[in-house]
Amino acid sequence: MRLKSTAVAVFAAAAMFAATAHAQDKPSEIKIAITTFLSGPASVFGVPGKAAAEMIAEDLNKKGGIGGVPVKLSFIDEGAGGEALVSNYRRVVQDEKVDATFASISSGSCNQLVPVAEDLKVMNLMWDCGAASILEAKKYRYNFRTQANATPEMLAVLVYLLKTKPNFKTIAVVNQDYAWGRESWEIFSTALKAMKPDVQVVAELFPKFGAPDYSTEVSRLLALRPDVVFTTSWGGDLDTLVRQSGQRGLLQQSTFVLAIGESSIQRLGKELPEGLIVGARGDHWFLHPEKKDDAAFKAFNQAFKTRTGAWPIYPVYHMAQAFSALSGAYDKAIKANGGKWPTREQVIDAAAGLEFATGFGRPVTLRPEDNQGLEAQLVGVTKAAPGYDFNVLDNMMIFDAKTITTPAGTKSVEWLKTLKPDFINMNVPTFKH
Amino acid sequence: MNSTLAILAILDGISYAALVFLVSVGLSLIFGVLRVVNVAHGSLYAYGAYLAATLSIAVAPISPLLTYPALLIASVVIGVTCGGFIERFLLRPVYGREEVLQLLITFAVFMIMDNLQRLIWGVQPIFASEPLKLLPNVRVFGVTYTSYQVVLLPLVAIVTLVGLRYFLRYTLSGAVIMAVTEDREAATAIGIDAQRVYLLTFIIGATLAALGGALALPTTSLVPGMGTDMIVLSFAVAATAGLGQIEGTAVTALMIGLARAFVIYIHPEFEVLVPYLLMVLVLLVRPLGLFGTSKARKI
Repeated sequence: MRLKSTAVAVFAAAAMFAATAHAQDKPSEIKIAITTFLSGPASVFGVPGKAAAEMIAEDLNKKGGIGGVPVKLSFIDEGAGGEALVSNYRRVVQDEKVDATFASISSGSCNQLVPVAEDLKVMNLMWDCGAASILEAKKYRYNFRTQANATPEMLAVLVYLLKTKPNFKTIAVVNQDYAWGRESWEIFSTALKAMKPDVQVVAELFPKFGAPDYSTEVSRLLALRPDVVFTTSWGGDLDTLVRQSGQRGLLQQSTFVLAIGESSIQRLGKELPEGLIVGARGDHWFLHPEKKDDAAFKAFNQAFKTRTGAWPIYPVYHMAQAFSALSGAYDKAIKANGGKWPTREQVIDAAAGLEFATGFGRPVTLRPEDNQGLEAQLVGVTKAAPGYDFNVLDNMMIFDAKTITTPAGTKSVEWLKTLKPDFINMNVPTFKH
Repeated sequence: MNSTLAILAILDGISYAALVFLVSVGLSLIFGVLRVVNVAHGSLYAYGAYLAATLSIAVAPISPLLTYPALLIASVVIGVTCGGFIERFLLRPVYGREEVLQLLITFAVFMIMDNLQRLIWGVQPIFASEPLKLLPNVRVFGVTYTSYQVVLLPLVAIVTLVGLRYFLRYTLSGAVIMAVTEDREAATAIGIDAQRVYLLTFIIGATLAALGGALALPTTSLVPGMGTDMIVLSFAVAATAGLGQIEGTAVTALMIGLARAFVIYIHPEFEVLVPYLLMVLVLLVRPLGLFGTSKARKI
């Protein structure tokens, strides 16, 4: 009897010891460093992105965190740019020992930080930057993009334009004069030439980033009378362009395509008229036709509105996608590890090929060949709707991710050149508001 | 380029030049009198715009007509409070010391104001178009222009130029400012209060910067960083003209405005380059600027 009691005690002690050892393996928190614009013009995205991160982290921690471990956030201002950004990034990874980073909004920042993350062997989720070339130029192990890139974003908008306005003959572009403005136009125009070679590009205008005045560009476009005006401008630049164009009748004269205009819709209110084609930079929109009645989706949107005073815009959803991907990777790694807390390398292994639900659109897959996120694209046209003091999206098309994303191992521009006019015949569901 | 497009380009150039002149002339005036390159000038421009937006948005529901006085009030409030504070409490203690100190102080002010701006007005673009909507559009060769941009802004710029000329040449206060500019020691010796002149000049310059921002409001979106771009452009204009040259600033702003507009029509790739290319070319030939004159060094 005594022997039995002793055996039980030893077994219990061993079990307790094992449990303690297991608990020690599990960290007290998952540290995440997020680079986002807290200063400069791009803070129109960065600040909502930060607000989203804080809201999501609070909610996640209330529910027990990731795998039972709470997350702890720190932020780095991308606005500092260059050396300061890289130094800060290195500091949080090496000194603060963060477990994962979300970097960045700007493709320039991503270009700088992706190789650093790879060197430091820290998991980095590119949460918002769009340059396709980053993951096309090299295969990375520690870097993943948790959303689409510029190629499907531009291609979806172009196919929408070709499907809804098939007879246009002339087009002009007004893009900001920096990497995004140039690269997005290269993607769009390359695909346009491949699918509708008879279209004439009558003006290629690249005003200075942050330009306060587009009067001359508007005059020129009014004189040229293009059928379509395409722009990937954003923030204050897009607002100014739209307002000056509206004030002088250009919005009424030409069909405007605002490739990433979703983020300006609420701000511009009725200054953004009906009939403009607007891209959402992904499969998200606060009135998403496939999710608008989903309780969790509505609660998320309402919580963000209550917290910030505005409905979520795409950087908010992109931030949420990064969190979903991180949670998904940890959950998958824990499962693969037999329920034990995984090593960093096991989490990286789990992230490759991960499919995760976003909760506000179709699931996203991190393609294992190049770690590129496969995300559907939502495009619509502005239309007045009761209950909103701004025009919402109508006649929305949701483009399948695989169809419009550059195949793995191929350079975007080379792939776009191979597209044929019948590419637009793809079957795409259309949704009313 | 045919004559129709040339006329359109001239209209665009004049409209752009008017706004650039309003901001640059304040910078130039301050340098001319105080010999201070005010890096915070761009922040004063931004604050003028933001305060004008706040006031315009507040008064527009009462009557859109009130938005015009709102623009003016915002400019004066910013010019007097911010300009007055910067000169009286930050610059005055370092007059007579190394000039780089003044530059560093205004740079620090610029950084502080830039951050305060985000705290006060946030980061989302702000706009208020009411003043522009009150005026009718005009059509030139089938192209629509807002009379706010092609009539009102140039008119305000001309009134400012003529007003400044008159003030400096035909009023006692102006004569006092000119005297201090010419020879501070001699002016002080005959009883002129140079410190008061500096304060007044800085307030006028700051008000002009704020007025430029306020008048830009109806056509542009206010965003973080807007002051940075404007200070760079203003400095290019003022340096090309010759620092302290008021008429020269007007001519240079017009040159840059027209050159920029024509370039957008002919070769838009060079749009960003135009002001700085002009500046470099002018300074290579005339290091003191187009209208700058060298002064004999006093011993």
